[in-house]
Amino acid sequence: MSDLPSLTAHDLACRRGDRLLFKGLNLRLESGRGLWLRGRNGRGKTSLLRLSAGLGAAAAGELRWGDEPIKRSESFRHQRVWIGHQNALKEDLSAIESLQFLARLHGRRHDLPAIQAALAAAGLQDRARAAVRTLSQGQRRRVALARLVLEDEPGLWLLDEPYDALDVDGVRWLGGVLRHHLARGGSLMFASHLPAEADGPVVDTLDLDQQA
Amino acid sequence: MTYVKEEIGFVAILARDLRLASRRRVDILLPLGFFVVAVSLFPFGVGPEPNMLRQIAAGVVWVSALLATMLSVSHLYAADHADGSLEQMLLSPRSAYAIAAAKASAHWCLTGAPLVLCAPLLGLLMDMNSQALLILTATLLLGTPILSLLGGLGAALTLGLRSGAVLLILLILPLCIPTLIFGAGAVSAAESGVSVEAHFSLLGALLLLTGLAAPWGTAAALRIAVE
Amino acid sequence: MSAQLRWTTFAAPSRFCALAAATTPWLWAACLLLTVAGLYIGFGVAPTDATQGEAYRIIFIHVPAAWMSMVLYCAMAGWAAIGWAFNTRMASMLAHAIAPTGAMFTFVALWTGALWGKPTWGTWWVWDARLTSELILLFLYLGYMALLAAVDDVQRGDKASALLAIVGVVNIPIIYFSVRWWNTLHQGASVSITAAPTMAKTMLLAMLVMTFAFWAYAFAVVFTRARALALQRERDAEWVQALRKVVPT
Repeated sequence: MSDLPSLTAHDLACRRGDRLLFKGLNLRLESGRGLWLRGRNGRGKTSLLRLSAGLGAAAAGELRWGDEPIKRSESFRHQRVWIGHQNALKEDLSAIESLQFLARLHGRRHDLPAIQAALAAAGLQDRARAAVRTLSQGQRRRVALARLVLEDEPGLWLLDEPYDALDVDGVRWLGGVLRHHLARGGSLMFASHLPAEADGPVVDTLDLDQQA
Repeated sequence: MTYVKEEIGFVAILARDLRLASRRRVDILLPLGFFVVAVSLFPFGVGPEPNMLRQIAAGVVWVSALLATMLSVSHLYAADHADGSLEQMLLSPRSAYAIAAAKASAHWCLTGAPLVLCAPLLGLLMDMNSQALLILTATLLLGTPILSLLGGLGAALTLGLRSGAVLLILLILPLCIPTLIFGAGAVSAAESGVSVEAHFSLLGALLLLTGLAAPWGTAAALRIAVE
Repeated sequence: MSAQLRWTTFAAPSRFCALAAATTPWLWAACLLLTVAGLYIGFGVAPTDATQGEAYRIIFIHVPAAWMSMVLYCAMAGWAAIGWAFNTRMASMLAHAIAPTGAMFTFVALWTGALWGKPTWGTWWVWDARLTSELILLFLYLGYMALLAAVDDVQRGDKASALLAIVGVVNIPIIYFSVRWWNTLHQGASVSITAAPTMAKTMLLAMLVMTFAFWAYAFAVVFTRARALALQRERDAEWVQALRKVVPT
């Protein structure tokens, strides 16, 4: 098991506009563990993920990576991977170029063989040179998720509805990637409205419907 | 825990923006087209008399360049914001300062530089002499990067707001006035035989100051907008 | 409530509103008295100017208004910065409350400047350094208010307008210097604290009294507006609900 710090939330509250989505939320996500956020629409799954990723400010409470607050932690910046609803792909670039940019931006391996291998793992070796504009939603999701294949070191993965638009093969592939990630000591928090996969990663559950 | 060797995100973002622009070459022509049309409107408004046109030429070219820059900068961050790329950039290990500097540089390469190249031709339309044209081009060369930097700040502040483009112009135009004064003023000074050294020094100082401070403000504005 | 007064005592909207409600009537009274006194000295007692005749008397409104417009911008930027740095809503609300009053004083300065200009220089408007800088200051105020109006999210509005105000304050010296460079024909500074005034003592007195009158006006209006903003923003808080029970409508 690697020595990845834990993500802890203490007395976390989140406000959206004038509404308080949740308050008094505590959680602890340790190395090698996964957390599946459940709850109806509008309960704050995305908001909690975004706060944990470091986007936005909590209305109350704090988030820590190990000992440090997440916004001040250098290691958090390098170890966190955030993939939200949006794929962050430019329509006019090819899949290879888009993935290469994202990898380079985040300081990961971005040499051509590595990118091509990642896209092949995501099942896109035939469409690697196609413009993102010509890819289907599911294929675009695979390109975005191919980033995960490039992660050499275990880190904190925060994924918002990662299974969206994926077909059966894609779901199985992602499940395998997440299982492997947890096995080598990475931590994972994700929101998904889909039922648990039989061979998906073994995770704890946090139901935001029950959070005040 | 080993990190991959850090390289400057500035180059990555600049290269990406230039590559994206090369796939949509027509978009570069739009601010340039506005520039030409705007300058050409003035003779229709004030009459074609060459002596008068010569007097107002530097100001007209400078103001048109300013407006063309402000109009084209309003969507500098919009596309990245819409598809989630901006989020990824801000969450990356790269500093937001580098991101802001890269985007402003990309904007200058794609909008400011063409304006500088086109300005002498437009000056000829207004019957400027060669010395005045030289000074005009030189001031635009120093001034358009300042405009791109300030425009980037405005674009970050008005990111995602309705009527963002017009609001941006209202917010940023007052800040551009010193650049306009020194830039256009240099040409009139040259034409009346006064030394232009002070104008260029001041423009240079403004460029340095803006280059250091504007990306910092833009980075703060981006974080405010993305939260 | 503890009787101890701290720097942060009035950062709480409820206590600020109480303070504002208590002091506003006195501020209006002070404003009225000072205005009457100032106008009396300015229009009644101060002597006729040798070169400009009676028309110069507009200076007793023009100069204080111009001073107020600049001071209020700095105050607005200062409160906005405090609100941003320390994450206090009341400071941001105070900055938002100052903006319209500052813009109004700027407009008054421009308008009285024009009224002064016509008999003195023959034109309704001259592009001299001071008046042009006032015009640009008006744009800065309007920009602040426009940005605030355009942003729906309250927290984002507070922070974005604070950043804009700070950028404005930093740029004001640069803009002023460049506008002076561009044109100088305004009357040289005839009122200064250290140098001997070139105006008669009564003229100086009138201007100072009017300045204080405008100060009292600004405080009264800004407090009223800030109170209204606080009541609106905090309408779900307990203390606001308690007020509603007291005043049944």
